[in-house]
Amino acid sequence: MRFQAALIAFIASILFASGASATVRGIATDKQVSLQEAATPVMEAITSFHSMVLWIITIITLVVLALLLWVIVRYNAKANPNPSKFSHNTLVEIIWTAVPVLILVVIAVPSFRLLYLEDVLPTEQNEAGETVSAVDMTIKVTGNQWNWTYAYPDQGGFEFISSMVAAEDIGPGQHRNLSADLPMVVPAGQTVRLEVTASDVIHNWAMPAFGIKMDAIPGRLNETWFYVEQEGVYFGQCSELCGRDHSFMPIELHVVPQDVFDRWIAAAQNDPYTAPEVLTAYYQTQGETQLAALR
Amino acid sequence: MSSEAAAHHDDHTPSYWSWKRWVYSTNHKDIGTMYLVFAILAGIIGGAMSGLIRWELAEPGLQVFNNGFWGNSHNYNVITAMHGLIMIFFMVMPAMIGGFGNWFVPLMIGAPDMAFPRMNNISFWLLPFSFSLLLLSMFVPGVGGDNGFGGGWVMYPPLSTSGHNGPAFDLVILSLHIAGVSSILGAINFITTIFNMRAPGMTLHKMPLFAWATLVTAFLLLLSVPVLAGALTMLLTDRNFGTTFFDPAGGGDPIMFQHLFWFFGHPEVYILILPGFGIISHIVSTFSRKPVFGYLGMAYAMVAIGFIGFIVWAHHMYTVGMNVNLKAYFVAATMIIAVPTGIKIFSWIATMWGGSISFRTPMIWAIGFIFLFTVGGVTGVMLANAGVDQAFHDTYYVVAHFHYVLSLGAVFSIFAGFYYWYEKIFGVKYNEMLANIQFFFFFVGANLIFFPQHFLGMAGMPRRYVDYSDGYAFWNMVSSIGYVVMLVGMFFFLLVLVESILLRNTPKRRPEANPWGESATTLEWTLSSPPPFHQFNELPKIK
Ligand code: HEM
Ligand SMILES: [Cu+2]
Ligand SMILES: [Cu+2]
Repeated sequence: MRFQAALIAFIASILFASGASATVRGIATDKQVSLQEAATPVMEAITSFHSMVLWIITIITLVVLALLLWVIVRYNAKANPNPSKFSHNTLVEIIWTAVPVLILVVIAVPSFRLLYLEDVLPTEQNEAGETVSAVDMTIKVTGNQWNWTYAYPDQGGFEFISSMVAAEDIGPGQHRNLSADLPMVVPAGQTVRLEVTASDVIHNWAMPAFGIKMDAIPGRLNETWFYVEQEGVYFGQCSELCGRDHSFMPIELHVVPQDVFDRWIAAAQNDPYTAPEVLTAYYQTQGETQLAALR
Repeated sequence: MSSEAAAHHDDHTPSYWSWKRWVYSTNHKDIGTMYLVFAILAGIIGGAMSGLIRWELAEPGLQVFNNGFWGNSHNYNVITAMHGLIMIFFMVMPAMIGGFGNWFVPLMIGAPDMAFPRMNNISFWLLPFSFSLLLLSMFVPGVGGDNGFGGGWVMYPPLSTSGHNGPAFDLVILSLHIAGVSSILGAINFITTIFNMRAPGMTLHKMPLFAWATLVTAFLLLLSVPVLAGALTMLLTDRNFGTTFFDPAGGGDPIMFQHLFWFFGHPEVYILILPGFGIISHIVSTFSRKPVFGYLGMAYAMVAIGFIGFIVWAHHMYTVGMNVNLKAYFVAATMIIAVPTGIKIFSWIATMWGGSISFRTPMIWAIGFIFLFTVGGVTGVMLANAGVDQAFHDTYYVVAHFHYVLSLGAVFSIFAGFYYWYEKIFGVKYNEMLANIQFFFFFVGANLIFFPQHFLGMAGMPRRYVDYSDGYAFWNMVSSIGYVVMLVGMFFFLLVLVESILLRNTPKRRPEANPWGESATTLEWTLSSPPPFHQFNELPKIK
């Protein structure tokens, strides 16, 4: 029964596919067979590296498959009743050792470049020609069982707790298991540093569209960064098993223009728990009725 | 051995129905059989658990763990943790090392038995106790009002310390300690047997590859399991005696546990697959009617894999906030493992090349293994790159990767070995048609289950989730349908067993000493099927 209902739902969803509201960007779409669309330079780099390696491993797999099919067809007992007895061939042995090494080197070079891009906080030159940090602002993220605390030390140090919207409270335009009551908000076009830690057990702050996944570990302060140009709503999920409600502590992040961010900050310094009204007002002016209806 | 002597020994074979034969057993073949039966039972339990998992994940929302009979999301975590631990410690390891290892290492090297037969008995009999403790842990308080340990097979603190204050996890620790003792004793036994009891003339470089594989595996066990034991003991004292090895509040570090765990854990994943490598080599050679291509390369590739396996552990920890240069090292080291792995795959194909292949049941499983293991291996190369692992870590992509190498790799090699040696072990032929049908359902089902999980991981679906957002619905449904297909295969497996038991006295099922012909060259085929209770009273001489 359940299966049938689900199958019907699938067929219906194929026929009447309706995209999520325009500004929701960071979210998986059903039947997707690719990475989420990149929102940061890091995720763009991950995506192109992934494509390259995917080509390589697909070709390797197909070569192995082709060889297997060939021996099955050519060397089955009917086609080849008398087996040869060779068991060595130095040349091919050298080739199948050396060629994989070369392939790995080809993979390794861009792999290291990507790794350092992700890991090292970006820098820039100031007027004096010195290299300085390019970080514009810092947000501190703390994982708790089972919600997130976001603190804005550069903007007066207010903080708030962000929890999942329960399934029964999901409104139009909200997403089950993804929407949070209070979103994290950042300005578009700024380099944001995240400091990630946890208060109880290990969690992981992960945002697929940004290519970020950072463990939140009690007693440690981990650091990562992102830079998003595109305004929109992005969703992520806790990615380290943290107990019963591990599946239910999502991350909702709004990237908004600087002026909206400034207004949100001003409101949040006053009361973070009503500050999302600023976002609502902004989305209304933009005609994003679904987003506006959220709060 | 003269037939008179054989008959004489047969007289001493105790009855199948004597409990002493099994409980007091010091006979490597009987102990091997007990391991195999144990593995099948544990596999059925672990497989049923994965059924609950796939049922829960078939569609969005809570189907099974919805505060009803099966409990809540915590109980889902318990089931996934137990599924992983059972499949690894109580299914694959007992089948490969305890089952096939015990049966065929002595036979292949021409030894009368294992070096320490009584220790062998203890190795086996520790397992049922260990397994019972693990199962028991599901029914005692874990955390809050919930029973069982729901912290994954990796058992990371603080979730496994302050995060699970009930006694359930203490039982898990005890269970794994006992399983670990069993493994270490077994490893000592295999190493001693292989080093000291090879038949005259059988140098290491003439030893069959399955014995090589078991030797390397035994070393991996001997060197890695004590590290796990140490880590578990520290968890135990952190939990119960006020130490703070892994508690930052007392100067400890939870990441230290992860290093210790994966220093064990990565060799462990090779412990699970190396014996399979050995089995596949014999099968491919037998049914291609050709000697193994590059025998020495095959043996030393396993040695290399075993060695490199000890220096790559932190590729499981790319997201803990490690120093970037350290990550770069682990990327490089991990990718190197792909080279000896590739050598093995190409050598199997080269063994078939020019051969005269007959597609008997074991060979079909072996060819399936080679292809599926390749798929799992190449996704391993993808994950080895820390840069892209930041996207894939702890998503279903990783779940797909390790199920391709384990559920499709290790398990396929177990079935290949099972059908290769079935007649030798049980003294009865099985119905090849039924076994091939089982292969068909397993191949289709397992691919349906696990291939779409790559897509889920790419789209970002985290692992260990009892409920996912709606964007992941479709491929999860496909995956759950795949489970049903595989379940059908499982019934055919049971049918093979039952059918061969029922028809065991019919002439068609009468066992042959060597059903596979002259290309089955290892010593077990020189003995009757099943072999006499004690074999090689006169040691065979190897030219
Ligand atoms: C080409 C060889 C292989 C490479 C390069 C490789 C690489 C990796 C990497 C980097 C991970 C960590 C992914 C993550 O957690 O983000 C991983 C996970 C895993 N691999 Fe492999 N792997 C290889 C072969 C194998 C084999 C042969 C097995 C076992 C038979 C195996 C079993 C596993 C398991 C069980 C995990 C997941 C552990 C967990 O987090 O629960 N891998 N592999
Ligand atoms: Cu979590
Ligand atoms: Cu590993």
